[in-house]
Amino acid sequence: MDDLLQEFIAETRETLESLSGEIVAWEADPADRARLDAIFRFVHTVKGSCGFLDLPRLARLSHAAEDVLAAVRDGKRVPDTALVNAVLGIVDRIGELVEAIDSGAALDDSSEDLLIAALDEDAQPVAPAQAANVHRANSRSVRLNVDLLDRMMSGMSEMVLARNELARRLRDETVDPLVEAALERLSLTVAEMRDTVTRTRMQKIDALFSALPRMVRDTAGELGKQVVLGIDGADVELDREMIELMRDPLVHIIRNAVDHGIESPADRKAAGKREAGRLAVLARQSGNQILIEIADDGRGIDVDRLVEKAKAQKLFTPAQLAAMDAAAKLDLIFHPGLSSRDTVTAISGRGVGMDVVRSNIEHIGGRVHLASQPGKGLTIVIYVPLTLSIMSTIVVGVGDQRFAIARQSVDEILRVRGEAVRIDTVGDAEVATVRGRRLPLVSLARLLGIVESESEGGGGGQTLAIVSTRDGDYALAIDRVIDTEELVVKPAAPVVMATGVYAGQTLPDSGLPMLLLDGSGIAAMAGLRFQRALAAEDEGAAEERVAAVPALLFEDLDGQRRVMPLAAIDRVEPVSTDAIRMTAGQLRLAIGGALVPLHTVAPIGERLEVPVLRLTDGVSDIAYAIHEPIEIVHLPTEIAPARGSGPIAGVAMIGGEQVELLDVHALFAGEIAPRPPERLCWLQTDGSGWMETFLRPMLDASGYRCVTQAPRDGPADVVLVMDDAPVAPQAARNVVRLRREVAAPSAQATSIYRYDRAALLDALAHAVGGR
Amino acid sequence: MDLFLIAQIAGRGVAIDTTQVGSVVDIAEIVAVPRTEAGVRGLVALRSRVVTVIDTGTALGLDPTPDSVRRAVITRIDGHDYAILVDALEDVALYERQPLSSGLALDHGWGRVGIGLIERDGEPLLVVDLAALVPQYALAA
Repeated sequence: MDDLLQEFIAETRETLESLSGEIVAWEADPADRARLDAIFRFVHTVKGSCGFLDLPRLARLSHAAEDVLAAVRDGKRVPDTALVNAVLGIVDRIGELVEAIDSGAALDDSSEDLLIAALDEDAQPVAPAQAANVHRANSRSVRLNVDLLDRMMSGMSEMVLARNELARRLRDETVDPLVEAALERLSLTVAEMRDTVTRTRMQKIDALFSALPRMVRDTAGELGKQVVLGIDGADVELDREMIELMRDPLVHIIRNAVDHGIESPADRKAAGKREAGRLAVLARQSGNQILIEIADDGRGIDVDRLVEKAKAQKLFTPAQLAAMDAAAKLDLIFHPGLSSRDTVTAISGRGVGMDVVRSNIEHIGGRVHLASQPGKGLTIVIYVPLTLSIMSTIVVGVGDQRFAIARQSVDEILRVRGEAVRIDTVGDAEVATVRGRRLPLVSLARLLGIVESESEGGGGGQTLAIVSTRDGDYALAIDRVIDTEELVVKPAAPVVMATGVYAGQTLPDSGLPMLLLDGSGIAAMAGLRFQRALAAEDEGAAEERVAAVPALLFEDLDGQRRVMPLAAIDRVEPVSTDAIRMTAGQLRLAIGGALVPLHTVAPIGERLEVPVLRLTDGVSDIAYAIHEPIEIVHLPTEIAPARGSGPIAGVAMIGGEQVELLDVHALFAGEIAPRPPERLCWLQTDGSGWMETFLRPMLDASGYRCVTQAPRDGPADVVLVMDDAPVAPQAARNVVRLRREVAAPSAQATSIYRYDRAALLDALAHAVGGR
Repeated sequence: MDLFLIAQIAGRGVAIDTTQVGSVVDIAEIVAVPRTEAGVRGLVALRSRVVTVIDTGTALGLDPTPDSVRRAVITRIDGHDYAILVDALEDVALYERQPLSSGLALDHGWGRVGIGLIERDGEPLLVVDLAALVPQYALAA
């Protein structure tokens, strides 16, 4: 909220500065309509912001002035000198109050009634109040024009190019090492500057989130619902322009969640849920993407009703609908004209549907992903690029030309060799069959009329990029992949954009301009027509879609990357490690008044909080502790089966990496042997430090928990003592006695030589095994 | 009196209003733009900017400007920079702008780009509108 207030102050101050000229001009000519409008707009804006920021005094003043000005605009009042003076008095007062808010100074409100009274038609003229001398606080932030930032950015790019050229020139000749060192330093500084300049465009996503609590509260209040909002990740930074563009889609999604998703308290109670619905908004950075997740625990999307409505509205044929898999059916929500609720409410039924949300997000290079669990809730994940101005691209070559493709739109790149890829001609069209999946093929060289390079050995088209568009995927034949590069992409000239195959232009480090290809545009130019119903005819493709199970990729506690199907995960939440205890032979998590069995692959270690996956099969719940979630991925069709039994179902290739797929079935079936219970081993030290330094690390590694004091919470499983040191009998269940000498003295027949490692471990195992 | 840049385009002398001229440069390597209008030669880097190069000859409906021509006038239209290829540049001076003589029949694209005349040492020169040379705008005009 502080940010919003700061913004309001800066904005009001700025408008007041530019308004001062208008005010003087209006004073000179009260009939001037343009000036009147400017002042009206100002008080109107202040009024609007005040209601939001809870500034009642400012609201009252601006409201009064607005009323009077509205009357003047409607011709009900004549702007005489008294009225002008009164309005100006209020505008001045607004300025004083804003300064007072900023500097935190108190300003008495005695004169405000007078100011408002002076607006009345029959008011006596008041002597203009002496402007209070309010100290203006020194702010550490300034408002800047975006143009200025853009110029700074392009200046920066220029600097990078100049440095590159300098480096290129210096490479060609032998250079004094001192010059080289200077260049090195220049490079470092330039890189650092580039970072800083990029950051000037960044803003915390809090700017987007801070207005949500109020909005959720108001919306829920209007609907008579109770909603608890949780916000996480407000620190994530995003391009300022991106934040502005995200505002409307986010507001829409949140309103939808409160209006359509979360049920009324009575319905929730009937469904066995808590009366207050839960809405969680989370932002996270993942590589060069920002992930915004909006999860509610409402009723989810009623897919069957969506399908019914699509049928009723004849948007698709019954055959088409029948052929759709679950994901495609869920995607119907994005179809214009389909909203899963039959009644339109004042909150979300304003003609802005999910289709607009999706196209807005896609417009800025983002994606929307839905995961709906009927009756349990809906999770919407929005993926947006970190910044509008820098794009991650793949540079491809065709003939002697190079083009960039947005990395997001390329699913994979493969060479046309071997069994995996086949190219056939069907009619006059080419079709690529990739691992049993048929895709239309577009030759970039032929589309662009570029002479394919001969040097690659037998013509080009040796490499395929699988390009995914909103409507469907196709294979784009290119000669080669050159590089991946982060590029500053700008719109090209209209005459270039009119071709329909380019999305913009860019200047890479090579210093030669390059065009960014538009994946959907190319499909349109090549005459590809995708239909969702294609799945009905093409069994292979249908299977492929069914197999594309969304899954959560995460880093497990042992540092391994693993995936788990998203459907099995109810939610991911951080829990305090205090809530996790070893009780009755099993790790359990106390959460929400219930005990949930917790699985881990490795000790949780020293941390205060650990994220857990809450898994449910509809009947029972279990929890699985992980190190951290990474992102949502789609499981490939091929999964190599695991050897042996255990919680791993197999190995999948995700992003070129081997990732283990967790066997959810095994988790629920309880097949996983619970981690061996921790064995408490009390080292009765003798002050020499031998036990702590020599023995303890070995015992730790063997799975014993070692303490050097008598344990307070019950007897230790085993106590280790040296030679003939006495042992308190009730402090430990078993005693293992060590001796310093190799040969056992007769008095200590049962003791073990302290370096006889095998015997020592055996003795310990026997001792705890007898528990 | 306005300031005009006197240039040679397609072998003929023309005058360009200097308010349209951003700078005059010798351009570097041109990158082709497949599928675009014939009047677009390609893209070129001008410091950190990417500039669209206009083949003036083709845009006028005459023979293409030879590849050897590297001199260009940079102009900014609707926020985009264009490099208009010119055979040669001669002079910058103040001239009186005159309307096109009535009955003057301009062939090819000249009629579309000519917006007036100036007189230089008794010789009339056509005043050329650079924006009309850019295909997209030429179509709209």
